[in-house]
Amino acid sequence: MAAIERAIIGEASRPRLARSVMLREDKARGAWRILAPERVFTPDPVAIEVLRLCDGQRDCAEIARVLALSYEADAGAILADILPMLQDLADKGVIEA
Amino acid sequence: MSEPSLPTDAARPPSPPPLGLLAELTHRCPLQCPYCSNPLALERPKGELATDEWRRVLGEAADLGVLQLHLSGGEPTLRPDLEAIVAHAAQVGLYSNLITSGVALTEARLAALAHAGLAHVQISLQDTVAASADRLAHYQGAHARKLALAAAVRKAGLALTLNAPLHRHNVARTADFIELAVAIGARRLEVAHVQYYGWALANRAALMPTRAEVDASVRVVEAARARLKGILTIDLVLPDYYATRPKPCMGGWGRGIINVTPSGLALPCHAAQSIPGLVFDSVRARSLQEIWETSPAFAAFRGTGWMREPCLSCDRRERDWGGCRCQAFAVTGDARNADPACALSSHHADFTGAAAAEAASAPPEFRYRRFSGAPAVTVAE
Repeated sequence: MAAIERAIIGEASRPRLARSVMLREDKARGAWRILAPERVFTPDPVAIEVLRLCDGQRDCAEIARVLALSYEADAGAILADILPMLQDLADKGVIEA
Repeated sequence: MSEPSLPTDAARPPSPPPLGLLAELTHRCPLQCPYCSNPLALERPKGELATDEWRRVLGEAADLGVLQLHLSGGEPTLRPDLEAIVAHAAQVGLYSNLITSGVALTEARLAALAHAGLAHVQISLQDTVAASADRLAHYQGAHARKLALAAAVRKAGLALTLNAPLHRHNVARTADFIELAVAIGARRLEVAHVQYYGWALANRAALMPTRAEVDASVRVVEAARARLKGILTIDLVLPDYYATRPKPCMGGWGRGIINVTPSGLALPCHAAQSIPGLVFDSVRARSLQEIWETSPAFAAFRGTGWMREPCLSCDRRERDWGGCRCQAFAVTGDARNADPACALSSHHADFTGAAAAEAASAPPEFRYRRFSGAPAVTVAE
């Protein structure tokens, strides 16, 4: 079996939620949660929106363009913001690319 | 020794819902690890909850606000209805973790569990050297079976965690555990120094490492964490005996987790039955929500109302919640005392001294975990 390598997230990466990860509403506490092995993360509203766009089809540049439309902001600036966030989520095993 | 007295209703804090349910499906296990976290008095198979009872409990847990289900034991795969339990957990929206020894699970059954909605598998390894691992588990061939199952978990596309309980017989191989985890393709490794309650307390002298060995294992883990960022997450659990402040045991009593035993007793912690004077409710008689919110056993050490000095005025009292109640009772004779792992405890010097003395002596034979093997008395200080 091939050794696992660290996923490096760039604008051409097509991130998706890892198979062992669930993004779900926590109705009892009124929040959204990322459920992962022995971990519960609480994503902020921006992260939730980004994660919903991580479908394994869109690349990061496309995700930034979609967000640019809804935030009326520059796609390049958004891309620069979301790449470190996605890298962090990849390092935590929340997303794969 | 005094019995724990309950805080008054006025002092009783609210109880936000638990995040996790630890479901001990059975206390049966093919392995006999001398540091097993089950109580010394193991529950017999005859009294185990039936499938429909577990289904009801899982539904109640989800309604209460539980997000994660930890299917544990004993060995949970000895339950022939595990697939049905996992399927129901998925149906009610629980994230399910299987905590297994790995020796009794076939690849076909693993595939069925994955299909039923299992999210994550955690396999314990006793050592990286087969002969030593099999001796610790008292099960010939256990290690090879575990490695085969780990490969099957990866093949099935499930997330894999390895759990490495550390003690004097394997602590020198901390780096080997990390290498093995990477080679197998686990994304998470628990480097968990044994916690000395129950069976492990009865085997403390046989297991206790020296402080130098513990420190070396910490250095190995810290170096590996930096090197393996994005490849392997390593969680490190230290032994209380060489700490200066206690850990927030269970995230605080009655705060984050409910443990349900094979026969349906709801406990704030898997070792809670070692504390005398607590009365535990059964999920057969009351709903999980009722138990969580009104059971005196859950209220007994919830929050800070039960505390006395040095916990009472400590600025860490809402961070470590006074540490472990079971350890406080086992070592000091009173569950309301500070955890002796804390340097502020008057028992701390004796506590660490006992560990250091045992670690410096030749290890005695193991008392293996068996239905019939419980020692008559626990280790006294």
